[in-house]
Amino acid sequence: MAQNHMKSGLKLLKKYRSSILLAIGIILMIAGIFTDEAELVLEKATRICLECIGIG
Amino acid sequence: MNRQRKRILIQALITAISNGYIKGFTTGKIYTGGSKVLCSPGMNCYSCPGSVTACPIGSLQAVLGNKNYRLSLYVIGFMFIFGAVLGRGVCGFLCPFGFIQDLLYKIPFFKKIRKLPGETILRKIKYVMLSVLVVFLSYIATDSLGKTSPYFCKYVCPVGTLEGGIPLVLLNSSLRTACDFLFEWKILILIIIILGSIMVCRPFCRYLCPLGAIYSFFNKHSIYKMKVDINRCNECGQCQRVCEMDIPVYKNPNSMDCIRCGKCIDGCKNGCISGEFTVLTHLNNKDKI
Repeated sequence: MAQNHMKSGLKLLKKYRSSILLAIGIILMIAGIFTDEAELVLEKATRICLECIGIG
Repeated sequence: MNRQRKRILIQALITAISNGYIKGFTTGKIYTGGSKVLCSPGMNCYSCPGSVTACPIGSLQAVLGNKNYRLSLYVIGFMFIFGAVLGRGVCGFLCPFGFIQDLLYKIPFFKKIRKLPGETILRKIKYVMLSVLVVFLSYIATDSLGKTSPYFCKYVCPVGTLEGGIPLVLLNSSLRTACDFLFEWKILILIIIILGSIMVCRPFCRYLCPLGAIYSFFNKHSIYKMKVDINRCNECGQCQRVCEMDIPVYKNPNSMDCIRCGKCIDGCKNGCISGEFTVLTHLNNKDKI
């Protein structure tokens, strides 16, 4: 019976995997905003990245 | 308007919007507005004078290399969102550097190359770029202050050279004096990619792009999927012949190498290939793969 539950659980996971991945993305992004990661991204993006342009 | 013309239009629009800060190209200064908190879905250097978004790979390295963060949530979240919806359709439609490579491939050349020797192994290099240069070195290769360099951006990425390095160096004399071997090395890589793009379709996307490597994992699971009607398919291989990435679409419609350009859809004489947004449904139709 536990095996059947697991099988139907996996089936559901497979069926809705796209939506689950999308939901994970949204949750991660929101969590990242609360950990100030978005601020770090903004700080990095608004300064010239000398390494990226091949200078330093 | 046919599918490929629509795709070119979308690519051009996205490229123009992503790099829409025209003033940057005249002043030699990059945009510092709030929109740079958003990651571009494709490869677009945030040091491009016109860029109004952040580079996802550069941002990922910046976060992983910061001693206050062991894991990236925000940037990975962005990639999950785009990947979950489009998979590598981002590469086919939303990436400015992909667009540049597509334009270069249109330049006539006496012998276009479908695949290079060792193609299967070459296509794995992008996963090495991702795992080693982007992720692993960001964690371990830190200096005494706990800071790290964005190794992929610094030593490999031609996008930064083309979109950021060349315009900024041309517009700023102080940066010109700072150019040394590293700049020359990156220019060399850029030249190889540009020349390669004339002969081979999308060499950077095929072999080197760590962002394409990330999105490739989403191809089989994304909301947008390619489908083949196996009742109508006679496995003639025409889809593979028209596919610029040389994928046997009839066998593997959601291959990790597929950038979802849709050329196979137009090229299939039986009309059995389609691309669909499968929202909230699993592929129950047993007549399609």
